[in-house]
Amino acid sequence: MIPLSWYLIFAAALFCIGLYTVLVRRNAIIILMGIELMLNAVNVNLVAFWRYVNPQLIAGQVFAVMVFAVAAAEVAVGLAIFISLYRRRNTVAADEVDLMKW
Amino acid sequence: MTIESMIWLIPLAPILAFFIIVLFTNRSKWLSHTLAILAALTSAVMVFWLISKVLSTEHFGEHPIQSYLPWFPAGDSWFTISVLVDPLTILTLFFVAVTILMIFIYSVGYHNFGAPKGDHDRPGLQPHGATVSDAHGHKHTVMSIEPMYSRFFAFFGLFAFGMYLLVTTGNLLVLFIGWEIMGLCSYLLIGFWFAKPSARAAGIKAFLTTRVADVLMLLGIAYLYFATGTLNYKEIFVPEVLEGLAATPAIGNILGLSAAGLIGILIVIGTIGKSSQWPLHVWLPDAMEGPTPVSAMIHAATMVSAGVYLVIRFFPLLSAGWDGHGLTAPMQLMAFIGTFTAIFAATIAIAQNDVKRVLAYSTISQLGFMIAALGIGGYIAAAFHLMTHAFFKALLFLGSGSVIHGVEHGVLHTGDHIDPQDMFNMGGLRKKMPVTFWTFLVGGFALAGFPILTAGFWSKDEILADAFIHQHWPVFITLAVAALITAFYTMRQITLTFLGQPRTKAAEHAHESHWTMTLPLVILAIFAVVIGWAGIPEEFPVLGGILPNVVHVVGESLPEHPEAIPFNWLPLLTSIVVSLGGLFLGWLVYRNVKAGQPDPLAKPLGPIWTVLKNKYYFDELYDYIFVRPAKWMAEDFAIWMDTNVIDGILHGIASVGPILGSFFRNYIDKPIVNGFGDWIADVTRKMGVSLRVIQTGRIQQYMLMALVSLVAFGVVFYLLLVQ
Repeated sequence: MIPLSWYLIFAAALFCIGLYTVLVRRNAIIILMGIELMLNAVNVNLVAFWRYVNPQLIAGQVFAVMVFAVAAAEVAVGLAIFISLYRRRNTVAADEVDLMKW
Repeated sequence: MTIESMIWLIPLAPILAFFIIVLFTNRSKWLSHTLAILAALTSAVMVFWLISKVLSTEHFGEHPIQSYLPWFPAGDSWFTISVLVDPLTILTLFFVAVTILMIFIYSVGYHNFGAPKGDHDRPGLQPHGATVSDAHGHKHTVMSIEPMYSRFFAFFGLFAFGMYLLVTTGNLLVLFIGWEIMGLCSYLLIGFWFAKPSARAAGIKAFLTTRVADVLMLLGIAYLYFATGTLNYKEIFVPEVLEGLAATPAIGNILGLSAAGLIGILIVIGTIGKSSQWPLHVWLPDAMEGPTPVSAMIHAATMVSAGVYLVIRFFPLLSAGWDGHGLTAPMQLMAFIGTFTAIFAATIAIAQNDVKRVLAYSTISQLGFMIAALGIGGYIAAAFHLMTHAFFKALLFLGSGSVIHGVEHGVLHTGDHIDPQDMFNMGGLRKKMPVTFWTFLVGGFALAGFPILTAGFWSKDEILADAFIHQHWPVFITLAVAALITAFYTMRQITLTFLGQPRTKAAEHAHESHWTMTLPLVILAIFAVVIGWAGIPEEFPVLGGILPNVVHVVGESLPEHPEAIPFNWLPLLTSIVVSLGGLFLGWLVYRNVKAGQPDPLAKPLGPIWTVLKNKYYFDELYDYIFVRPAKWMAEDFAIWMDTNVIDGILHGIASVGPILGSFFRNYIDKPIVNGFGDWIADVTRKMGVSLRVIQTGRIQQYMLMALVSLVAFGVVFYLLLVQ
């Protein structure tokens, strides 16, 4: 059986890739995809811990499903924002959208 | 109803009348005077019922009627008040009830009840008369009704309440309350015509003069309470307490007096003020400014009698330590003040022309007789003279009011502007006003002590006999001379007023007063004769012993009953001679005074006359010593003090304010408070300026910062806590 640490390393790597994507890419769609990566890295962690530490309880899986649901909702909202943004400013580049600047 | 509870209720009716008149019935003149008279009648009926009860009691004096009531808690005990009815109370109640009732009835006529409203009358001024036209269309000026009729009867109710309260109580503090109520009423009634400046001044004078004495008396009351712990007479007038007081030296050893002596002197001072003795006599003649029934009320029934009643009541205390020889200090004071006042006021009365003023000075003089009698230990004589004097002086005042009324009528009729109170404007009134004349004659003869017939003779004779038997020669001689002068000025008054021919048109047109005024005169005249028979000495030749000597029962009010004075011809002859001699001289000198003629005595007496006329200049003296300095203090000095000292202090304080203010502003507010506030604002702004640089608005930079911070916190957390 594959040891737990492998899963954890995998999840950490996935998370770092997602984080890196969020921090450096300009395209907002790509940033959204980075966020999805980070969320799924967490899911991997959840499921791995459930399977290795406490397999008789269902809480870990439920948690993962909930994260999927939240991620789906978040993407839906995020994409709607980007479409609206694109219609107004004709761009989805994150560094051009500095509306919150003082 | 038990007899005790009824005694408590004697003063109730007049005070009820006072409140009802003031609150409800003051618009109805008829209802107001009916209520007041009914109240006086109720009290009088209760008094007479009480007297009838008491007369049937054997040895009543040794078992007086008493009733106690706790009033308020005083420390760990109760302050009890009481009523006390002993022979002295009965004697006083008797004349008080009769005179008050008579004066009440008389006031109805005096204030012209039933007369029309005056043309120009307004509250606070005497009625000026009203114009009426008769059936033939002739216009007449007649007397008009008093505008403040109801108020007058309300005040009288309160006045009567004060007197009844004072007499029935067995407690000195309650007595003082009644005393002060009467002081207030005298002020209100003397100044009844308050729009007249002289009446106003007289009211204030009466109030302030008696106040001087009352304050000292209150000190005496306080000392008495301090020394004995009670103010009930019956608890004070027991031999042990009195001997204790006489043996203790007074607080601070003032003048080497005993406690009893000091308290006694303070109480006597209260009487000197209230009974208008020298040197506080100045208010009483001015009190004539009030309506005449007020004068009768003050000078006969109530106020001044209350003063004498007080010293008679407190005789056991005043004489504490007296063994029949060597008078105590309060008694010496009374003997001196009384004797001096008797002759002093009598001499002034000779030179007065105002019919009421003569009577005022005769009151002062007669009160002096009583005080002097008490000073030499003549307890019964003083009480007897107090009673007879109340009757004949009430009669004389009411009579003089009737005379003035009659002359005023003449003044209104003729339209002459003459003083209706000046005796030199009168004369010949005996035919115009017969009832007034005969009753006034009785009263005047009683005042002069006309032998055998009148009450004044018996009581004055008793005083003189007392002084003679106990060999107080200065007192005896002075009082005899005073009695001579009294008879003289009384006859002068009667002659000038009633005898001879009218000296003015107004006197010619005077006419007899209404029956409400003459009826009380007649009743009082009967008393002024009959009441003397109650005190005929038992050893008196022929007459003695026919009637029981009721007045001697008063002596039973004392712990040790005074003995009846042995009979002696000398004082009797003296009093007969001075009385008849004075009356004859008065008639002789004044029988032929013509209109416009000066007083026949003015020329022979010369400067002495001027001094007497001006009442020994006491008013002027007091004006210089007390009134002017007081006014100077109140006006000039106070203004100087106000503008210079008080304003100066205020201005000084005010100018310190700005100096302090600018100091605080320049050295504390500006640098410290404002500086701190500005600094905070400045720092905040600078921080804002430096921090706005990181607000780029780029989401990725924010996230990077969040990541870096998170990592940094994590490292710190790890280093600090986990390791």
